[in-house]
Amino acid sequence: MALLQLSEPGQSTAPHQHRLAVGIDLGTTNSLVATVRSGEAATLPDSQGHHSVPSVVRYSKDRICVGHAAAEHSITDPKNTIVSVKRFMGRGVDDLQVLGKKLPYDFVATDSAVPRIHTAHGDVSATEVSSEILKYMKARAVSALGDELMGAVITVPAYFDDAQRQATKDAARLADINVLRLLNEPTAAAVAYGLDSGQEGVIAIYDLGGGTFDISILRLNKGVFEVLATGGDSALGGDDFDHKIAEWILQQAGVDAATTELDASTVRLLMQQARAAKEALSSVEQVEINVSNTSLNWQGSLSRAQMNDLLDALIKQTILACRRTLRDADVVIENIQQVVMVGGSTRVLRVREKVAEFFACEPLVSIDPDKVVAVGAALQADVLAGNKPGEEMLLLDIIPLSLGLETMGGLVEKIIHRNTPIPVAKAQDFTTYKDGQTAMAIHVVQGERDLVTDCRSLARFDLCGFPPHVAGAARIRVTFQIDADGLLMVSAREQNSGVEASVDVRPSYGLSDNEIETMLRDSMAHAEDDMQTRSLREQQVEGERVLAALDAALTADGKTLLSADERATIDVARAELINMNSKDDADAIKAAIKQVEASCEAFVARRMNSSIKQAMRGHSIDEYATHHEE
Amino acid sequence: MAITLTEPAAARVKTFLANRGKGVGMRVGVKTNGCSGMSYVLEFVDEINAEDEVFEVRGVKVIVDKKSLVYVNGTVVDFTKEGLNEGFKFTNPNEKGQCGCGESFTV
Repeated sequence: MALLQLSEPGQSTAPHQHRLAVGIDLGTTNSLVATVRSGEAATLPDSQGHHSVPSVVRYSKDRICVGHAAAEHSITDPKNTIVSVKRFMGRGVDDLQVLGKKLPYDFVATDSAVPRIHTAHGDVSATEVSSEILKYMKARAVSALGDELMGAVITVPAYFDDAQRQATKDAARLADINVLRLLNEPTAAAVAYGLDSGQEGVIAIYDLGGGTFDISILRLNKGVFEVLATGGDSALGGDDFDHKIAEWILQQAGVDAATTELDASTVRLLMQQARAAKEALSSVEQVEINVSNTSLNWQGSLSRAQMNDLLDALIKQTILACRRTLRDADVVIENIQQVVMVGGSTRVLRVREKVAEFFACEPLVSIDPDKVVAVGAALQADVLAGNKPGEEMLLLDIIPLSLGLETMGGLVEKIIHRNTPIPVAKAQDFTTYKDGQTAMAIHVVQGERDLVTDCRSLARFDLCGFPPHVAGAARIRVTFQIDADGLLMVSAREQNSGVEASVDVRPSYGLSDNEIETMLRDSMAHAEDDMQTRSLREQQVEGERVLAALDAALTADGKTLLSADERATIDVARAELINMNSKDDADAIKAAIKQVEASCEAFVARRMNSSIKQAMRGHSIDEYATHHEE
Repeated sequence: MAITLTEPAAARVKTFLANRGKGVGMRVGVKTNGCSGMSYVLEFVDEINAEDEVFEVRGVKVIVDKKSLVYVNGTVVDFTKEGLNEGFKFTNPNEKGQCGCGESFTV
């Protein structure tokens, strides 16, 4: 007979209707799958007892292999063995050309914006490579759980943008996995420690992996997680620790690393020894190191205190990033109630020490830092699959960069600001700029800067065929909606006629965390410029609008309502405004607009009278009075 | 009238209860909704009801409602691994037949 699991009271499932759900930590270097069985969340090992699967896929002519079997070939067959594919997710050709220089892969440009990697098995996209990893994780889960999965929660970095999240979802779809939800990695780690059922307060997630560092600040409020801010360094991790120790060994061995060219096998041996020493020093005070081959021969010992000195500068960098992110979140250290440690490099005792010192509290380390994200995802999957009644766990994430629209003058009107918790829907009313306008182009952009050219374009669509109105009379409501997975839908509706248009933003490629960081930094650095540019552009747009209105009025009534003198005064003011509008002094444009308005005062009054007379011609005042009484 | 737990099964139930942080024991029962008549119920118990029978087996409270007991009396519950899969296995002397998948049974 089938094997049974313990369910929550009243939640026993009917045969063939098991609500089996897993959490998948789809990592850059390693991936894990976890599930909740009999109330216990744990990662699932393979038959050899390996829990983590190297995120490596090897494409040979007649077969595709994943994990340890593929990783063995990463050195002998680099072109067909794809490692760290997560870095390419949702990226375009341009992004990859920058990255690609250091990579052994042959990238193939295609008709779509998604580049493909040439392998012996054919050309594959990053999404397809990821889906192979997911298929592998799914197969392990199905054989461990004995039945098909209802769905999975897949974790992504908090800074993943729409394109990267969508690419992850597409990969899951290709692997025939129903995505219950994409969950931010730090949120998953907090869930693993059960912080969701705890007190209210602010939590920091310190995630130091092999090659990346992420710090996330979450706020817990009535069982709801809200990501306040994320930060980090995408090029800092445990591998850098190993490098530092390796450099030290070379120094001790009297080898000048700057001038000596070491062969690949020596470098590998050195890194192996450095890593082994680092890991050993988490449990012992001193370790013996022995590096010897044909080109290098050194024996010696490294103490924990010596290693601490080597690593302190690197650890300090992470602490500085923590400080910046706290500032971003507008949180002071005293408010941080818990710190969760994620990532293998947090096993280094010095890291724990420094983190404890900075946050003034002992970090949580009891769950294996390599597995904690997968475990949290599994717990969330269990809830979403419906195995825990009445215990609603609503997790909020944030958007990493502001989302907005292009308005006249190439300016950005932000609709949803960065760090807004999702899911979220926000609407704003816009209007037409010209008389008789019946269409509007909607350009959705992402970024912090004030000018469209400095932001990233996500989508364009047109709202067409609404009835003509005078400028400013149409009411177009634009709604931005972001679902729980962080995917954006933008819709526009002309309120008087009900004409609608919408677009799902599925950008073909995305931004890296580096680029997001750069964009954020630029927005700070250029804040002053942006403000000035914005006020100039706004005045220019206003100037053009005034000129257009004036010209229309002059064409209609200029001859009948103005004397030659009056016309001359207006023309001077008009010429001055045209002149000023082409220059870059916002105040001068403003003054010129005022001048035009002043010169037109009498003209405007006469036009008003004349149009009222026109409207009332053939009617008596009494008629209006009667209407009024009704 | 009794239910038996093997030593591994009892140990796992204790661990699972401890992990969960609450609950008094394990409910064993049947539901009439399987493709072959009936299916087993295996749940944590937070409250013992008036119509329940409680057996103390190897330090674990096994709770069975009186209606189910006639179908599961004499059942041995084991905890076992089959390949990568692991879970509780029921050996029920009352079973006369199972559906192909073994998830439901007739008496």
